[in-house]
Amino acid sequence: MGENGSSNGISRRKFLKGFGTGVVGSSMVLNSLGAATKEEKEQMREYLQNAEPLTLTVNRRKHRLMVEARTTLAEVLRNYLQLTGTKIVCNQGECGGCTVLLDGKAVYSCHLLALDAAGKSVTTIEGLLTGEDLHPLQDAFVEKDGLQCGFCTPGQIMAAKELLAKNPRPTRKEIQHGMAGNICRCAAYPKIIESVEYAAGMGNSQ
Amino acid sequence: MAKKIVKSRFYFEEGFQEHLAEVSTDSPESWGDNDTLEIVGKPVSRIDGYDKVSGTAVYAFDKIFPNMTYARTLRCPHPHAKILSINTAEAEKVKGVLKILTHENTPKIPWYGMSYLFDPHLRFEGDEVAVVVAETEQIAEDALQLIEVEYEELPFVVDAGNAMEEDAPAIHESGNIQGGKPSTYSRGDIEQGLKEADVVLEDTFSTQVVIHNPTEFHCSTVNWDGDDLTVWDSTQAIFGVRDSIARSLKIPSNKVRVIKQYMGGGFGSKLELGKYTIMAALAARDIGRPVKIAVDRRTMNLAVGNRPDSVQTLKIGAKKDGTLTAIAHSSFGAAGAYPSGAGCSWPARSMYNCANVFTEDYTMFINAGPGRPFRAPGHPQGFFALDSLLDDVAEKLEMDPLAFRLKNYAEIDQVANQPYTSKLLKEAYDEGAKAIGWERRRKPAGSDQGAIKSGIGMASQIWWGGGGPPAGAMIRLNRDGSLRVIAGTQDIGTGTYTFIAQVAAEVLEVPVDQIEVILGDTAVAPYCGGSGGSTTAPSVSPAVRDAAEKMKAKLISGAAAVFETPENQLSYKDGVITDNTNTSRSLGIAEVVRKMRERVLIANGARGENPDGYSINSFGAQFADVSVDTETGQVTVNRIVASHDIGRILNRKTLENQFHGGMIQGLGYALMEERVIDKNTGKVMTTNLHNYKMPTVKDIPEMEIIIVSDGDPMISNTGVKGIGEPAIIPTAAAIANAVYNAIGVRIKSLPITPDKVLNALYG
Repeated sequence: MGENGSSNGISRRKFLKGFGTGVVGSSMVLNSLGAATKEEKEQMREYLQNAEPLTLTVNRRKHRLMVEARTTLAEVLRNYLQLTGTKIVCNQGECGGCTVLLDGKAVYSCHLLALDAAGKSVTTIEGLLTGEDLHPLQDAFVEKDGLQCGFCTPGQIMAAKELLAKNPRPTRKEIQHGMAGNICRCAAYPKIIESVEYAAGMGNSQ
Repeated sequence: MAKKIVKSRFYFEEGFQEHLAEVSTDSPESWGDNDTLEIVGKPVSRIDGYDKVSGTAVYAFDKIFPNMTYARTLRCPHPHAKILSINTAEAEKVKGVLKILTHENTPKIPWYGMSYLFDPHLRFEGDEVAVVVAETEQIAEDALQLIEVEYEELPFVVDAGNAMEEDAPAIHESGNIQGGKPSTYSRGDIEQGLKEADVVLEDTFSTQVVIHNPTEFHCSTVNWDGDDLTVWDSTQAIFGVRDSIARSLKIPSNKVRVIKQYMGGGFGSKLELGKYTIMAALAARDIGRPVKIAVDRRTMNLAVGNRPDSVQTLKIGAKKDGTLTAIAHSSFGAAGAYPSGAGCSWPARSMYNCANVFTEDYTMFINAGPGRPFRAPGHPQGFFALDSLLDDVAEKLEMDPLAFRLKNYAEIDQVANQPYTSKLLKEAYDEGAKAIGWERRRKPAGSDQGAIKSGIGMASQIWWGGGGPPAGAMIRLNRDGSLRVIAGTQDIGTGTYTFIAQVAAEVLEVPVDQIEVILGDTAVAPYCGGSGGSTTAPSVSPAVRDAAEKMKAKLISGAAAVFETPENQLSYKDGVITDNTNTSRSLGIAEVVRKMRERVLIANGARGENPDGYSINSFGAQFADVSVDTETGQVTVNRIVASHDIGRILNRKTLENQFHGGMIQGLGYALMEERVIDKNTGKVMTTNLHNYKMPTVKDIPEMEIIIVSDGDPMISNTGVKGIGEPAIIPTAAAIANAVYNAIGVRIKSLPITPDKVLNALYG
């Protein structure tokens, strides 16, 4: 509040003059439409020291971005591409909340530098949808209630996606082993297992 | 529409609350058994399932405003220190840094009742020192590293027992005992009760600090629009947070809108306003841009709540026939650096029939993050001690532990000295014992041959969870028949969205998917309380039913006007109103609205009053079957049966899920979870999800859930008791008793880790 700490809200209006002149998060994406203005690109370069170009495909769509080397794939997905279905929970590869598929393989996107995903194909939870229709695996998690608060759910589903791709008819033990890298604090585990079993039983989890 | 304002008293997390509340006075009688209902009680899939599995659900952590900025917080690395100087000059030079807040440039906004938003006297590791707002998270993080702080490190104490010592460092001037004295309770004459006993056992039990660790960080995304502040907050209490924000910023409550559509768990840790929200709001107002602020996982384990630990000395006296004559319970536990509740004596006071009871709870300040309510505050710890020693007394008396509990069955609430609205604990004991195979208990304990020994144990549960007024709900019916229910509660992952749709659908006899439910928005919703204390479903479901019944009455009234037939000659079935005097005449509910001038028809409902002179409690018992590897000390829980009286089941599917969750969290509490502080440095050692052990999908036992109740008609028109907290209360105690039954040695300290088992066996 500083000098304007009267906190009656009236002084606030003058601060709004600056509104809209900053760099919007999405303008860090140099997409093929060239939506960022020249000024914005310059500002961005100024902020992002040592930014490097990155091309990657996310949910079948190609993106060209400028990112700093330290930026993780999870940060790119959430903050640059606004794909917030991918969650950051531990931010150090311990819980699986950020699981996505990288060329079909489940990875912790918080634990992977975005530049290491260059040229690869990323599938996020949003990428499982066909239009607005759920993937059968997503349907299974609704039908069998494989979630409570839902925050770890995208990661759980992406882990299950890889598991079923490798092993379409897993046993209960194999499901527990395959899903062991994904923590659910609500502990919806029994119904997560049921959801994966149900999806496998439907045989169309691919 | 009849309503009045009454005095209302109910238990919420850490104490009884008494207040005035508006109640409905003309709500219908409670429903009959679930067999008589079409939608309520059925395993309806979550109506918010699509949003959650598709990744489109917007949590506070996900909210994006155009032009948004990011905040990061610098936190105290020491357990106890004072800021001598702070220099932000270098940090301010970083390109992209927009604002830095410290105690030097921020108003002294009161916090914790004894401190400030930024207090230069830092009382725990993780206490807030400064906030940087920048264009990106990385820039904010870079700038944090450049803030120079000179600390004066102060003597610290990080153990509740040590904090009681006379020469212990003082955390506050008022001393280390919160409130200056213990909280005590007494009935009968404890000395007399001990004299009357044939057997007296005394022992000391300890429980650890555990951390909520919900998956979603504590976070807010804030945006000013002129004088209006919108806060997307990961909170269990939108209205409480709204009013706290208004008070902190000294702005009118109607200028603050708090929104929470989804949240990634809370378990009690998100019932109050976080400092981060105010810090973000101050910065956002200053820079004229939205701010997203989130703590990180390390901070989740340091600064935003925990279940306080306990050291409990318990003395139980009983006669030869098993009659309890005395229970004396004395405990101390760590609140952390600011007020919280470490008391854990409610089970001793209330669970079993006993004329002479004395309890005292000391809540101690230490130099660590403050405690917060955590799923049934005080109860898992209290039951661990009480039901452990109770089993020991039973063994001494050569009685079956379950028979001993039945012998001391409390028919009335001895604390309030009044009857319960319902208590089906005998039924719960009976069903649970059958399901686990109670006769398979090892006699004597530890009698299995071989290295792996198995055993069975049980523990009881009591909780409040009857809820009460105020709770309001509004139903809006459009001309196309689509319906919207709006309520000021919040779904914290417990299925609130879904049961609200079910209750409305039940009354109006329409499909669940015709109903949209809007929760978690202070700008539009009738008031409901915070989601804690297992009060949400018992408070809100009756309000929704009340609103739906009132909507139905309006529709019948409308049809009566169309048909020019008295209302009592009309029948309502499947959303269609038929004229009984001429059954060829009927109107669907949408058709009634289409004949009205209103383009949306609105009905408001409220919860009714709780009955006078009765206590509302839930009851239950859990039975655990465990195996102990006596060579490694590893405990494996094979099976848990949960058998409970929780009033009416609203949704079988979400009920099972929530019970599983409570029981698995209880298993984590029993066997693995523990915040560890190094006493030499005062620093927390368990600040990530690798060192802080939580159950994974590989740790879960088989679980069976038995519900012996089917609605308590005295509570409300829906007869619901809450289930969130009952689910976790007896789990650890049941596991501990099963471990005793397996190995014949009592582990008196949670968590029951392999080293403790081996020490107990061979130490």
